Amino acid sequence: MAEVNLKQVRKSFGDTEVIKGVDIDIDDGEFVVFVGPSGCGKSTLLRMIAGLEDITSGTLEIDGRVVNDVQPKDRGIAMVFQTYAIFPHMSVRENVGFGLTIAGVSRDEKDRKVMEAAKILQMEHLLDRRPSQLSGGQRQRVAIGRAIVRDPSVFLFDEPLSNLDAALRMDMRMEIAKLHKQLDATMVYVTHDQVEAMTLADKIVVLRDGIVQQIGAPMDLYHKPANLFVAGFIGSPSMNFMDVAVRQASAESVTVEAPALDPVTLPVASGEFAGGGGAKLGIRPQHLSVVEGNTGGALHGRVVLVERLGTETVVNVDLARGGNIVAALAEDRPLSVGANVALSFDPAQAHLFADA
Amino acid sequence: MAARSTLTQSNMAGWGFALPAFALLAVFIILPFFFAFAFSLTDQRLISPNPTRYVGFENYERLLGMNILRIEPARDDAGQIVRDANGDPTYPRVRTFTRNNPDLPHLQGMREWFGWRSGDDRVVVLARDVLFMKSLVNTLTFVIAIVPLQGGGALLLALLINQRLRGINAFRAIYFMPVVISIVVVSLLWRFIYDGNDGVLNNILHGLTLGAFQPIDWLGRTDTALASIIVMSAWQAVGFHMVIWLAGLQTISPTYYEVATIEGANKWQTFRYITWPGLRNTAVLVFIVITIQAFALFAQIDVMTNGGPLDSTQTLVFQAIERGYGKQDISGGSTIAVILFFVVLAISLVQRYLTRERT
Ligand SMILES: Nc1ncnc2c1ncn2[C@@H]1O[C@H](COP(=O)(O)OP(=O)(O)O)[C@@H](O)[C@H]1O
Ligand SMILES: [Mg+2]
Repeated sequence: MAEVNLKQVRKSFGDTEVIKGVDIDIDDGEFVVFVGPSGCGKSTLLRMIAGLEDITSGTLEIDGRVVNDVQPKDRGIAMVFQTYAIFPHMSVRENVGFGLTIAGVSRDEKDRKVMEAAKILQMEHLLDRRPSQLSGGQRQRVAIGRAIVRDPSVFLFDEPLSNLDAALRMDMRMEIAKLHKQLDATMVYVTHDQVEAMTLADKIVVLRDGIVQQIGAPMDLYHKPANLFVAGFIGSPSMNFMDVAVRQASAESVTVEAPALDPVTLPVASGEFAGGGGAKLGIRPQHLSVVEGNTGGALHGRVVLVERLGTETVVNVDLARGGNIVAALAEDRPLSVGANVALSFDPAQAHLFADA
Repeated sequence: MAARSTLTQSNMAGWGFALPAFALLAVFIILPFFFAFAFSLTDQRLISPNPTRYVGFENYERLLGMNILRIEPARDDAGQIVRDANGDPTYPRVRTFTRNNPDLPHLQGMREWFGWRSGDDRVVVLARDVLFMKSLVNTLTFVIAIVPLQGGGALLLALLINQRLRGINAFRAIYFMPVVISIVVVSLLWRFIYDGNDGVLNNILHGLTLGAFQPIDWLGRTDTALASIIVMSAWQAVGFHMVIWLAGLQTISPTYYEVATIEGANKWQTFRYITWPGLRNTAVLVFIVITIQAFALFAQIDVMTNGGPLDSTQTLVFQAIERGYGKQDISGGSTIAVILFFVVLAISLVQRYLTRERT
């Protein structure tokens, strides 16, 4: 069990800086997810914690000890890779016990520890198989088993579910969540999938271009995104953004307006909007609802796309006065393409961002 | 579909382009292969006024015929063993058994290959064609020595070269260079290295030992000639196999090495658990190719020793050519070629079996 602290961590490959001064504090036993678009530096950051990449500058502490120059094997970490990286020429038993073989642990102890890990992952029956006889999910289980056997204080996962199909991914996601509860270890998990991040994390770190955008609990990020990027990245479907003009700003409210939108007053602190000018209004698709009749203040438009999921109906609406908006309406709605709708939202649930 | 019609059209064109090469292959490789089988069953000569006769397996018997002869020591009239000055028994000469001996017609014409003492008796292994047997043994010695030497050396170089170091490409080029030089040229050059009087090797050894080393005629002694050729041959083609190993090394996923790093594996463990298993298919290829090439040993012998001294560097291919063209005995040469074919085939199958994928 251990804390992990990154202080002003930077990484350059040649002249290109990939990680640009990252501060993250991970508590003991916490499940932290690094999330961000592909290429933002998540894997690099994780590999720096593992010791597979040098740290160009800054300090990395695990359990209060600076480990910048400590060998990976002495950092008390174990890593699970996206491609599983289990050895095709070894049985599952040998794969899971690989670290113990390397460490020269006695046969009895190895057998015992491998069996222990296999029990946790419910794969005792697979131990004598070859990797070629396993499904993708089972292979990933073997890779996790190999990590468990190391008895690490920090587990590192680099997109462990990306090579699995959707159904299996959900199962494994739950398995990993269970594993975290059971082992009570610190886990750092990298993914580009915000659903994985939201469901697994105690704490999410949103990264973009090697810079931390926001750190917080999943619901903090959902309800109080720090900026446009986080707002757009977290939540599915993505938040709608609309260019608006600030008409009026008082201490506790800001009134905005757009061609497609009649003036609306939002209960947000005026702060950066005090000077008027442009801003971006963010409305989550889930916060839009259909209103009957020609209600004033609503967004009017024509449905161009309908996705009926049963629990939810996602409609894409071309607004009559320009622009396009996506609404996720609760329950199944028999809307059809071409229908005219009016959508409204609760100003208290809308977000306002300064123009970038 | 358009794609299909272009395919069928270009198929014809493809065959057209392949035809010249295919014809050459047929005339110089495929036909001779079958001719060799046919000739080995006849008494065909290169140029001969007599018609060719079918002789069955006579050629094979003449090459492979072997026998073991137990010779009792010579005894005097009292029945006592006659001993020489050293107290060793004396024996009747082998030729008394193999030349015109009416009691032993099956030994007619055989010669002593090697022998040993067993009690007071002497056991002699007779061969119908001792020269062939010697070349068979030399060829096998060459193969057994060169497979680990060349294969292992190439792997070592590949491992060294597979690092990201400054100027590593220069080393790659240098190690590969001998491969592009003709083996005949290499053999000629190495004659200077191995020269008995003023050879480079002798000079170096002389210098290193501060003059204590006495020059050796490396190619002129029965105990060093074959070894010298082995070392040179290994050196010449090591770069080729290095490149094959290198290709194999680069197919191993770097993630495996990262797993090893995290587990704290040392260099040997990394090699044993990751690199070597990852090279299995490459190893099969390298070892079979080296084996096949080694059995074809000819040019080095032809240029450097001509099979000498005292037949210590005779090889199967050298004998096949020597007999087929030198002695105009095409059927004899063909028979050696066919035997060689089966030896190589058998060894390749065994190697494949030993390195098969176990599930
Ligand atoms: N070994 C490397 N050499 C050079 N650039 C690299 C190397 N590894 C990663 N990068 C670059 O660093 C950036 C972040 O990569 P990565 O951490 O793998 O992103 P992510 O995992 O978030 O998709 C990318 O732009 C990538 O091209
Ligand atoms: Mg990545």
